[in-house]
Amino acid sequence: MNRRHFNKAIAAAGVAAAFSPFGIVRAQAARLKVGVLLPRSGFMGFIGQSNQKGADLAPGVIREMLGVDIELMNADTETSVDTARTRAERLIQEGAHVLVGPFDSGAAAAIAQVAEQRGVPFIINIAAAPQITEQGYKFVFRNFQTAPDIVRNGLSLIGDLFRATNTVPRTAVFMHVNDTFGQAMAKGIGAILPTQTQLPFKIVETISYDPAAKDLTVEVGKAKSTNADFLLLVCRLNDAIILRREMVKQRWNPMGVVGPGSPGMYEEQFFKTLGKLSEHCISNVPWYNANAELTKVVEKAFLKQNPKDRLAYHGLNVGFTFEAILIAADAFKRARSTDPKTLAEAIRQTNITSKMMLGAPIKFNAKGQVEGIGSACLQNLNLTPTVVLPTSAATAKPVFPWPDYKKA
Amino acid sequence: MQLDQVANVVIAGLLTGLVYGLMALGLSVIFGVVRVVNFAHGEMMTIAMYAAVVLYAAFELDPFLAVVPVAIAFFIFGYAMQAGLINPFITRPEHSQFMLLVAVAIIMVNALLVIFGPAARNVQLDYLLESIEAGPLLIDRGKLYAALVAVAAATAFFAFFKFTLMGKAIRACADNNLGARVVGLNVKHLYALTFGLGSACVAVAGCMMILLVDVTPVLGPAYTLLAFVIVIVGGLGSMGGALLGGVLIGVSEALAGLLIAPSAKSMFSFALLILVLLFRPQGLLGKRT
Repeated sequence: MNRRHFNKAIAAAGVAAAFSPFGIVRAQAARLKVGVLLPRSGFMGFIGQSNQKGADLAPGVIREMLGVDIELMNADTETSVDTARTRAERLIQEGAHVLVGPFDSGAAAAIAQVAEQRGVPFIINIAAAPQITEQGYKFVFRNFQTAPDIVRNGLSLIGDLFRATNTVPRTAVFMHVNDTFGQAMAKGIGAILPTQTQLPFKIVETISYDPAAKDLTVEVGKAKSTNADFLLLVCRLNDAIILRREMVKQRWNPMGVVGPGSPGMYEEQFFKTLGKLSEHCISNVPWYNANAELTKVVEKAFLKQNPKDRLAYHGLNVGFTFEAILIAADAFKRARSTDPKTLAEAIRQTNITSKMMLGAPIKFNAKGQVEGIGSACLQNLNLTPTVVLPTSAATAKPVFPWPDYKKA
Repeated sequence: MQLDQVANVVIAGLLTGLVYGLMALGLSVIFGVVRVVNFAHGEMMTIAMYAAVVLYAAFELDPFLAVVPVAIAFFIFGYAMQAGLINPFITRPEHSQFMLLVAVAIIMVNALLVIFGPAARNVQLDYLLESIEAGPLLIDRGKLYAALVAVAAATAFFAFFKFTLMGKAIRACADNNLGARVVGLNVKHLYALTFGLGSACVAVAGCMMILLVDVTPVLGPAYTLLAFVIVIVGGLGSMGGALLGGVLIGVSEALAGLLIAPSAKSMFSFALLILVLLFRPQGLLGKRT
């Protein structure tokens, strides 16, 4: 064999190897590359970092559970829709098999377009704007409540709260962040509240505000002037902190602050920054089932990675981010392929019964939406978000109306 | 709508506006004398806010006391920056100056991100949650004190430029650069001194601003923009105009939030800017060139 024959033989062997079934088997055996898009900086930076804790613990837990190897490809959306879009593009270029994230509805809508165009599965961990799963997308999946579901569950829990505390507030002032999520929630409340005839209150004024606001003096002054019995609040984290401080400065002490389903008031930073001012705020949100086996496993892994922290401060963020990666790993295990179409089809067939968050098993409907995710009424008690309703999951009794913060 | 509610909002806007005005005063003075637009102005104020946070965390130094060391440090920093970095660009085209200061601003934001991370920080003082009751009015204690310091600092600034020999020399440089050189003034030294004073001014504003808002590294560009809006409304290079612009922006934003829509507050400062540019391009207290 001369040099030319040798080169031809090597080339032929290479081509044969590339197209052989064994080559495909090697591709199938590769680890799953999960592109995790979260707002780890910008005004949602704290919440993004809280979500990241759920992603960071996922590979270890999932390897133990399913024997699947996961490689995380982390990307920071910088709390910007445009950055979320470009980071999603880059993750796909760099070989991500599936995208997970991004906590925010605006960013989720942008990433969904990219995922759909490029044909890469995208599993939304947290984002509530309903339109994201109403576009007929084939590669977009969401394991989180839509805004109308959050509102419906949140309002239902408000009714339970009033019954449990024998209170009958007649009026509420509704304040909400003026972003995609806040507007979706406001729309949901506007549509659903009139149908909830068992609720004794009506909204006397609606005040929207900039989610990146540095000062909420005017907004709180306006809300205070309504003399409403309580504040119905759809917020983020930083604005929730500013707003609570401003309430104290303006000596506004309504019966309480109740979030019908938004982040902010149960986050670690809310407690750290406000201390006793954080007490008694109420958030009705999707939450984890403390009694679930998977929760115990995740909590153990969480404490191992964050020895000085507590899962209770990150329950929603860690839970849904972990579950999103679990869905991807479960589908990969069944599909035995990283081919996007096969993976998307496997995700569509998901049926995870052993889960962490409250509610029905994880199953996607035709639109790629999980239905039946449950909510809990969390109240900040002793600087900890505590489940006070539903009674079956409660670990303390609700306090409403709240005492003056000086007596808290 | 009740009158006391309007009065409360106007007072809150006025007090915030005075701190805004002090921040813009530094920008206006630097431009008025050195003729360089400081595109890193908001970022410098953000650094001052972080300095106040660090001093409070390390030594429990109240931001009202932190004003002194932070202002001195900023004066030295500003002097060195003008003498070492900006003076060589004075005679170069404006776009070179622009790029230089934008680069400085970007470096500052990223350095803050590296050092402090993206999280919002503040100083937690009990009196910042208190209000002073005066009849139907509730005046935010932190805002009131911050505004008083802003007025005192601005007055000291005015007095320096009006009554001291050094101040007069700096004004001479601003009015007639060639004449100042002919009579033997060290113009480059005076430029550096002015940049130092402008930086000290923004340091005081930063120490007061931390009493009003939480600080994040990405806050800088928004404040740079706000400072520009204020000095253009008040009159670029006019010290009184900067304070007036600050108050106008503070009050108009607050009133717009109350009377129209809170989420559209900042829209009104830009509407005011457009009106001024249309009908009085030199600014409310600026001189026509």
